Amino acid sequence: MLGIALLVFREVLEAALIITIVAAATRGVSRRWAWIAGGTALGVAGAVIVAGFAGVIEEALNGTGQELFNASVLLAAVLMIGWHVVWMSSHGRELAQQMQTLGHAVKAGSSALTMLLVVVALAVLREGSEIVLFLYGMAAAGAGIGDLLSGVPLGLVGGVAVGCALYFGLLRIPLRHFFSATNGMLVLLAAGLASTATRFLVQADWLPALGTQLWNSSALLSNGSVPGQALHILIGYDARPSGIQIVFYLVTVLLLVAGMRLAPRLVTRHASPPAVASASS
Amino acid sequence: MKSLSLTLLLSAALPCVAAAAVPEYTLVIRNHAYQPATLQVPANTKFKLLVRNEDATPSEFESNDFNREQIVLPGTTATVFVGPLDEGRYTFFDDFHRATGNGALIAR
Repeated sequence: MLGIALLVFREVLEAALIITIVAAATRGVSRRWAWIAGGTALGVAGAVIVAGFAGVIEEALNGTGQELFNASVLLAAVLMIGWHVVWMSSHGRELAQQMQTLGHAVKAGSSALTMLLVVVALAVLREGSEIVLFLYGMAAAGAGIGDLLSGVPLGLVGGVAVGCALYFGLLRIPLRHFFSATNGMLVLLAAGLASTATRFLVQADWLPALGTQLWNSSALLSNGSVPGQALHILIGYDARPSGIQIVFYLVTVLLLVAGMRLAPRLVTRHASPPAVASASS
Repeated sequence: MKSLSLTLLLSAALPCVAAAAVPEYTLVIRNHAYQPATLQVPANTKFKLLVRNEDATPSEFESNDFNREQIVLPGTTATVFVGPLDEGRYTFFDDFHRATGNGALIAR
């Protein structure tokens, strides 16, 4: 039972942390919880489908289909997050002002809601498909229904609880610094996901490692520990990164920061106000 | 711009798939355990690990020591490229069967 709970907890934790960051980053956007719920539902459906076709995915591309699939899902999330932070850099200030003056949710542009739907769905799909395969194996090997019915909810609640704790912690950040903080977190999240995608591409021999292990900080914080795993999602922590992971991490950070700096200058002043139209109420 | 540079990077990396003259080693998963539990591999060389699952349930081949993870479905063989590793002992496990699925690579 504990084994089941622990595995479910670890997978749910990863998805929950990602959802928490994007939920906080879209604070003030109206109907965002509906979009997060929609993304979660899509992700769960996707996870079951992916688990069902896991054999086809695994055997594709000379047995490297699974790595390529994982890398693609991760890079798609990176692109969505990247698009959103660049968009936010030119509209985030207005959003914050709007929230302060109106004191309630505002209608933001499509970027926030699309990011919520896609990134939440991808995160749930990736972690969820592992849970589905694991539980299928447990059930097939004759695990008791009682173990499943107690282990799964326990892991699920644990993972969601950590996500909620982080969310309410983030809400304590003062509003004038809030979106700078969440944008920073989105950049690190995207860079970490890009680094993980790179690791899969090295594992499939699609990319050179450029140094298998640049450093080893396992003694301080192992990849296998729960804090190590949480930091892996939050900032892309890796106890034994390869060189190319660092390259992709830094390139992602540089591209996003450059995009965030340049986008506000490119957006002409007269074009920006309609993007954050006032709430309908 | 970013997706373009990624595409370019990927296509530049493609030739190394073709040039696959790397040594191969096989691990078998049977009764949720790895056979052999200890596998000798060359140090300072990239190699290909074939993980064959002979059980009727899925497994996840995973290692924190050499930073790899791959689900291995029943009756299939997963391909995982590893290394080059420094000399030493690198543990791996089956994330779906933590109690029984444990092993180590010895690189020398």
